Amino acid sequence: MSEIQSAYNYKVVRQFTVMSVIWGIVGMLVGVIIAAQLVWPELNLGFLHFGRLRPLHTNAVIFAFGGCALMGSSFYVVQRTCHTRIFSDALASFVFWGWQVVILLAAITLPLGFTQGKEYAELEWPIDILIAVVWVAYAIVFFGTIFKRKVTHIYVANWFYGSFILAVALLHIVNSAAIPVSLTKSYSAYAGVQDAMVQWWYGHNAVGFFLTAGFLGMMYYFVPKQAERPVYSYRLSVVHFWALIFTYMWAGPHHLHYTALPDWTQSVGMIFSLILLAPSWGGMINGIMTLSGAWHKLRDDPILKFLITSLSFYGMSTFEGPMMSIKTVNALSHYTDWTVGHVHSGALGWVAMVSIGTIYYLLPRLFGKPEMHSVKLITVHFWVATIGVVLYIASMWIAGVMQGLMWRTVNADGTLAYSFVESVKVSYPFWGIRLLGGVLFLSGMLIMAYNMFKTMAGGSTVDAPVLVPAGQHA
Amino acid sequence: MSDFVNEFWNWYVILIVLVSIIACGVFLWTQSISHPSGGQTTDTTGHVWDETLQEYNNPLPRWWMWLFYGTVVFSLVYVVLYPALGRFPGAFNWSTAGEHQKEVEKVDAQVKPLFDKYLKMDLKAVAADKEAMEMGGRLFQTYCVQCHGTTGQGIQDKGFPNLTDKDWQWGGEPAQVVETISNGRTGMMPPYGGNPDAVGGEAGAREVANYVRSLSGLSHNSELATKGKTRFDAVCFACHGQDGKGMQALGAPNLTDKVWLYGRTEDKIVEAITKGRSNQMPAWMEFLGEAKIHLLSAYVLNLSTGGEKK
Repeated sequence: MSEIQSAYNYKVVRQFTVMSVIWGIVGMLVGVIIAAQLVWPELNLGFLHFGRLRPLHTNAVIFAFGGCALMGSSFYVVQRTCHTRIFSDALASFVFWGWQVVILLAAITLPLGFTQGKEYAELEWPIDILIAVVWVAYAIVFFGTIFKRKVTHIYVANWFYGSFILAVALLHIVNSAAIPVSLTKSYSAYAGVQDAMVQWWYGHNAVGFFLTAGFLGMMYYFVPKQAERPVYSYRLSVVHFWALIFTYMWAGPHHLHYTALPDWTQSVGMIFSLILLAPSWGGMINGIMTLSGAWHKLRDDPILKFLITSLSFYGMSTFEGPMMSIKTVNALSHYTDWTVGHVHSGALGWVAMVSIGTIYYLLPRLFGKPEMHSVKLITVHFWVATIGVVLYIASMWIAGVMQGLMWRTVNADGTLAYSFVESVKVSYPFWGIRLLGGVLFLSGMLIMAYNMFKTMAGGSTVDAPVLVPAGQHA
Repeated sequence: MSDFVNEFWNWYVILIVLVSIIACGVFLWTQSISHPSGGQTTDTTGHVWDETLQEYNNPLPRWWMWLFYGTVVFSLVYVVLYPALGRFPGAFNWSTAGEHQKEVEKVDAQVKPLFDKYLKMDLKAVAADKEAMEMGGRLFQTYCVQCHGTTGQGIQDKGFPNLTDKDWQWGGEPAQVVETISNGRTGMMPPYGGNPDAVGGEAGAREVANYVRSLSGLSHNSELATKGKTRFDAVCFACHGQDGKGMQALGAPNLTDKVWLYGRTEDKIVEAITKGRSNQMPAWMEFLGEAKIHLLSAYVLNLSTGGEKK
C-alpha cells in the first residue's frame, strides 16, 4: 500500500468545510437583505430586488451552504467508517471545484433574472447539466469508497448519505428536463398540472432527501461521536430509514392542495405526509436517546448543544409538516408566513444547527488542533443562533396565522372583511422581528468564521492515517 | 370527467396506493416481532466503525410504534371515505369542487336578499343610501382596487383611470357606467392613428404632440403646433373630434382637459401616437351579476361626485 493510500483524504473535506462557512454567511446575508427589503421596501434597488434575491438566498443556503456541508462531511464519514481512502482524489477534487463553479454561476445568473421559474430548481439548463455531471462524479466517489470498504457492514450514516445522493440525482434530472431555446432560456418538458406535480415531487423531496436524509447521515456519525455513546437502536434506524425514504417520495402533492391537481392525488399526498411523522421522529429519537446516560455532557459541551438542539427542531418541524399537510389546516396555513416559519424551523433549527455542530467537530481535526480556538465562542454562537431561530419562527407563526384568518374573514354581505394590504399592515411588526432573528443567526455565523480562521491559523494540514477496522487487529 | 385515460391507470393507482400503505404497516410489524438472535454477550450489535462507533439494539419504542400504526390505520380509513383510490370518489362523495360549490351556494343564498333589495331601487337613490354605499365600497375594495387603487384614484400615467374626477372615457351616465362594468371596455388607439404617412412619421408625431399640448393650454412650440394641427385635422380628428374633445362612444379621450391617462409630457404623447395604446376594462357581469354591479355602479358614481352628503 502506497504512502498516500495509508491516509484519509482530508484535503477535500477541508475545502468543503471552509466553503460551507463562507457560503453560509453569503446565503444568510442575502436572507437578511431580503428580510430587510420587506421592512423597508426602498431597499429594493434596481435589479437587486426581492424577486431576484429570494431565489439567490434559497439556492445559496440550500445548495451552497448545505451542499458543501453535506459533501464535505460525507467524504469524511464515508472514508472513516469504511476504513479506506476516498475512491478517487482527482474525482473528489472535481466534485469540489465543479460545485463551486455551479454556485458562482448561480450567484451571477439569478440576480440577472435567468430562471426556469421552478422553486429550488431555478438554474437554467446549462448549469443544470453541470450540476448533473458534478453530481454523478459525487456519486461515483461516494459509492466507490463504499465498494472498497474494509469492513463488512455499511455504517448507518452511509445509508442516509447514499439515499440522499441517489434520490437527488433522480429528482434533479427528472424535474430539470427542459427544451432550450437559447443558452439562457428554456421551457419545461412538462405542461400544466403535470409540471406542477413534477416540480413539487422534486420540491418536497429536495426537503426530504437533501435537507433531511443527507443531514440525518451527518447526525448518525457526529452525534454518537461527540456524545461518545453508541447509537440508541440499530433496529429503529433500519425501520425509520426505509420508511422515511419510501414515504417521502409520495408527499409532494400536499404543496398543491386546493389546486387543479386531482383530488385523489391531493389525498394521497396528505396521507403519506401523515405516515411520514413516525419515520421522521425515528431519527430524532435515535439521535436524542443516543445521549441517554450522558445527559450531563449537554451542560458543558456546546457542540453537543448544537447537535441535540438541531434534533429538537427537527422533531418539531417534522410534526408541524404533517399537520400542515392536512387539507383543513393547509386551507389556513398555505400562502401565509406560517409556511415561511415552518421552512426556517427546519432550515435554521435543524439543517444549519446540525451542520454548525458538525463543522465545529471537524475543524480542529482537519487542521491539527486539539480543539477550536475558543470553545467559549461556540457557546456564544449557540445562544445567539438559538434566540435568532426562536424569534424567526415565533414571529412567522403569529404573522402567518393572522394572515390566514384575515384572508378568510367575510362580511355579512359575502365580501372580504380585510383587503390584502390590511393583512400586510398587521404583519409589518413581525417582519421586523423576523429580520432581528435573521440578523442574530447571521451574527452567529460571523462568530463562527472568526473562530474558524483563528483555529486554522498556524494549524497543520496533515491527513489522518487510515485505521485498521476493529477486530482485525493482529 | 376523468383523470385517467383508461382503466389500467385507474387500477394501477388504486393498487399502488393500497399496497404502499399496507406495506408500511407490514414492514413495521415484521421488524417489531423479530428479536435479535439470543446468546449475545454484548448489548450492542457487535459492529464497530472508526474506533468508537457502535450501536445498541434497543427495541422500537412502543409509543412510537403505535403512532406509526395509528397513521397507517388512519390512512386506510381515509382512502375509503375520501377520494384517493383512482376513480373511486370515496364513501362521503366529497370533492374540492363540491365543497366550493356548496359554500358558494350557501353564501349566495345568504347575501342575495341583501343585494336584491337595492336592485329594485333607482341607481341615484342607491348612491344616496349609506348602507348600500358601505356594501358597494366593500365590493370595490375586493374587485376594483387592483387597477383603480384603494381610493379609486387609478394609477397615474399607467392607463388606469382615476374614478374620483369628473372625467369619463366612456360616459358618466348611470346606464353607461353599468354598461362599462357589466361588459367591459376595450380602448384602442392605433399607432399613427392608422396612417403613418399622414401623421408624418416620428417627426410629424412630435408636431402633433405639440398641437395636442396646446389644446389643453400646456407649454408647446407654436411653430410645431401649427404644423401639427394640419396633421391632426387630417387623421386624429376621426376619433378625437375636430375640437379635440374626444368621443365617448368610442372611448376616445378628450384632449382639451387636464386628464392624461398615459402622461402629458411631449415624449409620452409622441409614444402614444407612434406606438398606439390599448387597454381593457374587464367584463364583470358573469362573475358578479346584475345586483352587485348595480351597487358598484352607484358607488363609482359617488366617487366621481365626491359622495353626495345628505
